[in-house]
Amino acid sequence: MSRLQTRFAELKQQNRAALVTFVTGGDPDYETSLQILKGLPQAGADVIELGMPFTDPMADGPSIQLANIRALGAKQTLAKTLQMVREFRQGEQNTPLVLMGYFNPIHYYGVDKFVADAKEAGVDGLIVVDLPPEHNADLCFPAQAAGIDFIRLTTPTTDDKRLPTVLNGSSGFVYYVSVAGVTGAGAATLEHVEEAHARLRRHTDLPVCIGFGIRTPEHAADVARRAEGVVVGSALVDQIAKASTPQQAVEGVLNLCAQLAEGVRGARR
Amino acid sequence: MTSLRTGPDATGLFGHFGGQYVAETLMPLIHDLAAEYEKAKADPEFARELAYFQRDYVGRPSPLYFAERLTEHCGGAKIYLKREELNHTGAHKINNCIGQILLAKRMGKKRIIAETGAGMHGVATATVAARFGMECVIFMGTTDIDRQQANVFRMKLLGATVIPVTAGTGTLKDAMNEALRDWVTNVHNTFYLIGTVAGPHPYPAMVRDFQAVIGKETRDQLQEKEGRLPDSLVACIGGGSNAMGLFHPFLDDKDVQIVGVEAAGHGIETGKHAASLNGGVPGVLHGNRTFLLQDDDGQIIDAHSISAGLDYPGIGPEHAWLHDIGRVEYTSITDDEALAAFHQCCRLEGIIPALESSHALAEAFKRAPKLPKDHLMVINLSGRGDKDMQTVMHHYDEQEEHI
Repeated sequence: MSRLQTRFAELKQQNRAALVTFVTGGDPDYETSLQILKGLPQAGADVIELGMPFTDPMADGPSIQLANIRALGAKQTLAKTLQMVREFRQGEQNTPLVLMGYFNPIHYYGVDKFVADAKEAGVDGLIVVDLPPEHNADLCFPAQAAGIDFIRLTTPTTDDKRLPTVLNGSSGFVYYVSVAGVTGAGAATLEHVEEAHARLRRHTDLPVCIGFGIRTPEHAADVARRAEGVVVGSALVDQIAKASTPQQAVEGVLNLCAQLAEGVRGARR
Repeated sequence: MTSLRTGPDATGLFGHFGGQYVAETLMPLIHDLAAEYEKAKADPEFARELAYFQRDYVGRPSPLYFAERLTEHCGGAKIYLKREELNHTGAHKINNCIGQILLAKRMGKKRIIAETGAGMHGVATATVAARFGMECVIFMGTTDIDRQQANVFRMKLLGATVIPVTAGTGTLKDAMNEALRDWVTNVHNTFYLIGTVAGPHPYPAMVRDFQAVIGKETRDQLQEKEGRLPDSLVACIGGGSNAMGLFHPFLDDKDVQIVGVEAAGHGIETGKHAASLNGGVPGVLHGNRTFLLQDDDGQIIDAHSISAGLDYPGIGPEHAWLHDIGRVEYTSITDDEALAAFHQCCRLEGIIPALESSHALAEAFKRAPKLPKDHLMVINLSGRGDKDMQTVMHHYDEQEEHI
């Protein structure tokens, strides 16, 4: 079983949802970012999404755009992001780690080399925002052949007719983008979350993690009662933006992570 | 010979270029758009309406003008100018905008968004949105807003909201990112009117088709004047819509030499340029796989050109493919060369060309003197230079300071 499968199976037994956290690799700098990454499992993150910085994050709102700018300003590269994963894996074998980003840096790095290096570094899955199933041959198939899960985004505009196309070849979990919009924008209503989860459940057995606009432990708990996972990104990244020292950034992210984890863990009790 | 004019394939690919690299939120809409465009293409009523607006609103056909004084000055090839600058709103951009707004109307969309660099596409979009009574939001980088203030005012006069984009260097690429962000947010009621032959399929093919009126008219007009096809075509390229429009109807005429001119800015070797084919490598941005300016981590590099309309780090995927198979020759012209050509055209023909089009003129002036007098060369004069007065004046102020 893959790390993602194992983790979701464990959580199912514990009857609770996963807290999926997102931070951008190299934000605000390599060392601080690595410290955050290493602290996340202890702070209660069940699955980690690590952003691969890109100059043109077209699907991201202001918070994550700024995170990309900070990371690139501190000279983060795709090779360094992979190196971060390697260093993270030296002490941590159980928490699944998913790389998230845009296709161009991977395309430039070389798909085959990227897939091999990611596997070796200990990457469990990929989320690539601008690679719809129409382009499965570009990265999805090579990644899966190497044993890396390819996690699909589904959205409010992905209708029943299209869902099978999107889910076909998905593995690990399904990420439901609950709002048509960019990251960090408004949140969906709980009714919408429930409906969407039920609709996805008719099409797939994979765990469904729900994201976009979730910022507080209470909100995370509400979503955690209705899905297999809750994704929080911009709210964590904002902790880095407002920190005036690297130490504050680390503490800010890990404290919020711990609060969110408490919300998620208490949700179904 | 197999035709070079049948692309893209069903998945939107021209060879290895093009495709539909966008977020899932947009995919259903893009498929709808492609299907709706296919229906519109087959509908005689759509063709009739398009032809009506091209003639009575845009002012087509645009003249094919024999540039006698430029021809004499160069002393070689016989130079014709395709006068797209005489169109309503002053450039070729309106050809595409009229086509897309008719499609938006068919699809029941009420809100139009667009990105703009020099502001010409923004003005053309604001114009058709006003004509069809639709809400219009234009995204424009702050650097471009500073250098194209007259166009910003024109857009506002036409009722558009202009949203300044501060991200990146505040130019066309950043405006396009922001337009895409708006589109995913307002996908239910919004039509994204892309201004060039780039973006996810069907945009590159659709924009080309709407611009191909340039090449079709040129064919007929030259046939009438000279009784034959041209020997060469020259057009400038940012994203590449005016060039694609002129080139496409001639792609299968193998004796017609076709030249696309990229912006070399301060010179390709300086790194300060906008020449994606001559100075970039393949990558994926803004929905398509094409040649891009990027660093050794696959991060996109900001383009530079004196002409805001060419200031883009990518190029339409069909151009990338035509470059790959060698059908079109892609060269580049620096800021200074374009400015020199700008002046020559002003003084010799009494036509103030856009700085974008001045790149095509500069390339033509290099070639024409070496060609025989019976060589027929057509240059796409894609836009007029009124919008560039500030930039040209500023350039001379800077030069005087150096002296």
